[in-house]
Order: sequence, then structure tokens, then C-alpha cells
Amino acid sequence: MNNTMIYMKDIIKFYNTGTVKVKALKGIDLDIKGGEFVSIVGPSGSGKSTLMNIAGCLDVPTGGEYILDGESVENLEPNELAEIRNKKVGFVFQNFNLLSYATAFENVELPLVFANIPAKKRRERAAELLDRVGLGDRMDHRPNELSGGEMQRVAIARSLANKPRLILADEPTGNLDSKSGGGIIDLFEELWNAGSTILMITHDQTIAKRTNRVVKLKDGLIVSSLENGNGNH
Amino acid sequence: MNLMFIKQILRDMRGQKLRTVLTLFGIFWGTAAVILLGAFGYGIHMNQQKAFKGLGEDIVIVWGGTTSKSYEGLPRGRRIMQRVEDVELLKKQIPEIKYISPEYTEWNKPVVYEDKRIVAPIVGVWPEFGPMRNVIALMGGRFINQNDIDDRRRVCFLGNELKEQIFGEEKDAVGEMIRISGVPFRVIGVLKEKQQDSSYNSRDSRKIVIPSTTFVAIYGQKYVDNVVWKAESPEVHKIANQKYFEIMGKRHKFDPTDKQALMIWDTTENTEFFTYFFWGFRIFLYIISIATLIVGGIGVANIMYVVVEERTREIGIKMALGAKSGFVLRQFLFETMFLTSFGGIMGFLFSSSIVYLFPRLNFDEYVGVPEISAFVSIGTIVALLIIAILAGYFPARRAATMDPVKALKI
Ligand SMILES: Nc1ncnc2c1ncn2[C@@H]1O[C@H](COP(=O)(O)OP(=O)(O)OP(=O)(O)O)[C@@H](O)[C@H]1O
Ligand SMILES: [Mg+2]
Repeated sequence: MNNTMIYMKDIIKFYNTGTVKVKALKGIDLDIKGGEFVSIVGPSGSGKSTLMNIAGCLDVPTGGEYILDGESVENLEPNELAEIRNKKVGFVFQNFNLLSYATAFENVELPLVFANIPAKKRRERAAELLDRVGLGDRMDHRPNELSGGEMQRVAIARSLANKPRLILADEPTGNLDSKSGGGIIDLFEELWNAGSTILMITHDQTIAKRTNRVVKLKDGLIVSSLENGNGNH
Repeated sequence: MNLMFIKQILRDMRGQKLRTVLTLFGIFWGTAAVILLGAFGYGIHMNQQKAFKGLGEDIVIVWGGTTSKSYEGLPRGRRIMQRVEDVELLKKQIPEIKYISPEYTEWNKPVVYEDKRIVAPIVGVWPEFGPMRNVIALMGGRFINQNDIDDRRRVCFLGNELKEQIFGEEKDAVGEMIRISGVPFRVIGVLKEKQQDSSYNSRDSRKIVIPSTTFVAIYGQKYVDNVVWKAESPEVHKIANQKYFEIMGKRHKFDPTDKQALMIWDTTENTEFFTYFFWGFRIFLYIISIATLIVGGIGVANIMYVVVEERTREIGIKMALGAKSGFVLRQFLFETMFLTSFGGIMGFLFSSSIVYLFPRLNFDEYVGVPEISAFVSIGTIVALLIIAILAGYFPARRAATMDPVKALKI
């Protein structure tokens, strides 16, 4: 589990918005090993989400080198990036991003559909995942029939569908009260203990303390990267 | 997954009720227009062709004329009249002619049956006049034959409307005796009803036909009023016509290239003109209806752009989960196809029922019987398919090429 999951060297990301050029990332060097649970903190606008999107191949950097799980993702076609997102990455968003017209079950099934998994296997896997996040009895519920914490559990189950190498969570507890937020972090901790690599953005210091490393961003640069000393490996 | 697709589409349609209805109506109306215009265009065309057959197909009618060129020292402006001997000679000397008959005409002659007195046009012809002009007898009767001509029999053939006027609808006229210009005639046949839109004297349904020899014996004409002939085949039609002028030119001393010496009505030229005219007419209808369909297609494209806009976030989510652009493209194309086929099927059903019910209104005498031909059906399906693909492709491509990060931020 000591292979490098994320290797970033001098990653920059600029946005051209009409007249001004926004420098969202100004040169990020980051090294995350397999099995780590890393939290990313920093003030609003410091580039956390931008970094996470690049890490998950949802966005491409303006410059720099990025190797994900031993594979360089430079110069890939949009469809190749889609394949990486489907197979290697699981996203969890602050606002859940579930399809509102689909049931919990159908939402979890979605990444399996894009991976062309046959229907029978797909159903088994979706049911198993919903069981695992404690929603085995809520499969046919639509998002508007679920609480925030339950929606985020569905989103986590969905992120795990294709057994990704990397889980990326952008403020997963941001829209939740502290109790259900705590439950979500418990779930991430469980996944971590089972061997997952997790990168999580958070504003909450107590949550950050539960991870094994805290990376702090400011103005598009990493200002510190501190081990919490609770690494369980 | 297809079930999810369809759920999604129905949800979109419910969410956008008015726009969906308008769009479906556009496609529905376009489809109905294509099919109805095609079906009625076909019906009218066929009706016209049938009406031509009423006069006789590819026949030529020749009247006497006035020379417009001087010939062998003779001045122009001479009157040329045709005699029955000319017709006999033409028949013998032009093998390309299949049928030929002189036609004598008297306009209003008294016709008497018991206490009924009317006036009617009388024509004197040869037996060949019948098949050439589609003058066919109803069951139980016959047309003029060669014996009638040879023996100058006093027999007559009645137009169907005239027969009804004299004998009424019920009574059988064949075998009855009537007086024409005071001379007793036996009725040998009645015209089988036919459609005739054009004529050069009066409608066949309103006249009495008698043998040419009998006609001359009674009315004493020296010249025929006109000659009717038909070529063996369309290929030899021009040659036959040329020979006609050459033989007549020699006998009556006029230049065979003098078009005024004999007046002719060549219905093959008409048929040709009408064939072009009707094809033009039908193509015009097709263009109009295709344009209607295209307007419907623009409506569909428009609604699909709105749908894509509204579902930007959903597209972003799917892309984040690893949907390839082809998947997104297919999803929206499929949705457009669904909308279009729905409208198209409604249009098909509507227009088929109109075409099915229309003949009951009894307008077929004027516009014929509409028919949905395979050509029109297949053409409409192909047009709908092309429109659906075009109307779906551009919005779908916009969806498929979205930047997922931006799509998720909406
Ligand atoms: N599409 C874009 N176009 C222009 N500028 C952008 C775009 N996306 C992000 N930015 C800018 O890049 C910078 C970093 O944004 P980012 O979303 O990564 O911040 P963040 O650290 O996630 O903030 P927050 O904690 O509020 O979510 C910000 O200044 C933002 O305005
Ligand atoms: Mg952010």
C-alpha cells in the first residue's frame, strides 16, 4: 500500500475570465500514497476544489505534471478521462449531486451502467453497496424522500460502485448537521480502515484531525502538509 | 436503463407541457400535411388521367383548314375539306394508323320517342370510333359494326344521359324505336358511364351515334366534319401524322409542311403537358409539406436545446461518474427520436383516417380518390428520420461536449 496514488509536480491552473486572468493554482507539488486519508483545508477561494477536480480528472491543469496511480493523465482525450473517472475515481460532493428523478438504487447503479456492467451484476452490486452504507431498506426512495445524511450515504455508495482506487470528497459534510456529518466521517473512516485512499476537503478542524494528514492551501499554493500522527498503517 | 430513459423523457414532457404539445403538434401537422398532400395529389393526378381516357388516349382529331403557304402556283388561303374517300385512302396507305374514323356532326336534331320530344347532337362514325374514343356499350347492347355501315342500317347508339332523358332510369332502351329527324331508328346500345373532362363537340354521354353511311344518306353531307385517328404506338405517332399530311397534301394540293392546311388537335401533346403539369403540381405539394415538416423539426430542435439547458447539471453529474460523450449524445438523440416518432405516428394515424373516410363524402368526381402510396409513406418516414436526427444532433452535441466542471457549477 505504499505505492504513490497521486503525484503532482508544479501543477498550475489559470482561468481566463474576460479581462482578468485568475490564477487558481500557482504550482502545486503533492504526493499522496495509497491508503492515506488526507484532508485539504484553506480559506475560501484558495483553490481546494480546483485541485480536487484536477486530481479526479474532471478538469485538466494549465501546466505541470500529474501521475494518477502510476499513469500519466497528460494529453488524454475527454473520453479517456471519462474512463478514468468511471474506473479509478469516486466523487462525493457537498451538495450530493444525485439525480433527482432516479431512486437511490438507480443512482448507485449509474457508474456501473457507464462501465457496461451487465444488469444482473449491476443490481447485486448496487444492493450490496446500499446495504453497506446502511440504506438497504431505502433503495426505492428518491432523493427528495431522504434526509441530507442519507443522500450523502447514497452518494458515497455510488462513489464506490466501480471499486475506485481513489475517493475524492469536496466538503462532504458541508450541508449536514454535526450529527449526520459525524456519521459520514465515520463511514469514510471505515473505508479508510478497509484500505481506501481518500482525499477530502473540509472546513472543520475536528474532522481534519481525524485524517492522517492535513494539507493547507492558500492563494493557490500549499503552505503546509502536516501528519496528524494517527496513521493506522 | 432504457426504462430510466423513458421515465426521464416523460418527466421532461410533463415539465414542459405547453412546449411539448406545440412541438408535437408541429411534427404531427407536418407529417399529416406531407401525407395528405401526397395522397390527394396522387388522387387528383389519377383522376385527371382517367378523364383523359374518357376522350380517348393518344388520339388525334383533324379538321379541315386553310392553306397558309402557296403550293405549285396555287395561292394561299384556299379552303381544304376532308372527304370520306380521303379517310378510306389514309386507312389503306398508312400502316402506322391503328384506328381511323370520319366523324359527321349535326348539332340539334329532333329526337322523338312516343310522346317525348327533345333535340340532341347526332354524329355519324365508323365502328373504329368506339375503341378509339372509349365509347363502350353497356351489357346487352353493342356499338356500330361494319354491317351497319355496309347496309346503311338505321340503328343508333345512345349516350347514357340522353338515354335516361328519353327512357328514364329503369327502362331498357335497346331494341326500342326512336325517330331522329323524322326517320325511325332502332336503339342498339347505350354508353357505359365514363369520366370525360374534355371534348371537341359535345360529351359522349349526351349524343347519339349512327353509322356514317346512314348519316350521309339522311343529311347528305359532302365533307366530314373531322377525322379521328390513333397510331399503332406512341413511337410511330409522329410518322403517321407526317404521312397523313403528305397524302392529303398530294390529293388536295397543299404543302405537307403547311400546318394550317388541316387543323389538328393532337391529344398526345396534351397528355405530355398534363403529365408535366401534374408532376410539377405534386412536387410543389411535396415541397410545401416538407417545409412544414422542417418547421416542426426546428421546433423540436428548439425544445431540445431548452431540455439540454435545463439538464446541464444532470449532464455534469453523469460526466463526473464517467459517462462518455457518446452516451450523452445518444441519450438526447434518443429523446428527440422519441418525440418525433410520437408526433409522426399521430400524424400518420390522423391522415390515414382522413384518407380512409374521404371517399364517403363523394367528392371523387372532382378530386379523385386519395391514396397513401408507398412512395409517400416511405418518403415521410425518411424525412422524419432525417429531421429527427438533425433536430436532435445539434442540441445533443452541445450536451455531449460540455465541460463537466462548468456543468456541475450551474
Ligand atoms: N470557472 C472558473 N472561472 C474563473 N475563475 C474560477 C473558475 N473556477 C474557479 N475560479 C476561481 O479560482 C479560485 C479557486 O476556486 P476554488 O473553487 O478552487 O476555491 P475553493 O478553495 O474550493 O473555495 P471554497 O472553499 O469557497 O469552495 C477562486 O478565486 C475562483 O474564483
Ligand atoms: Mg470549493
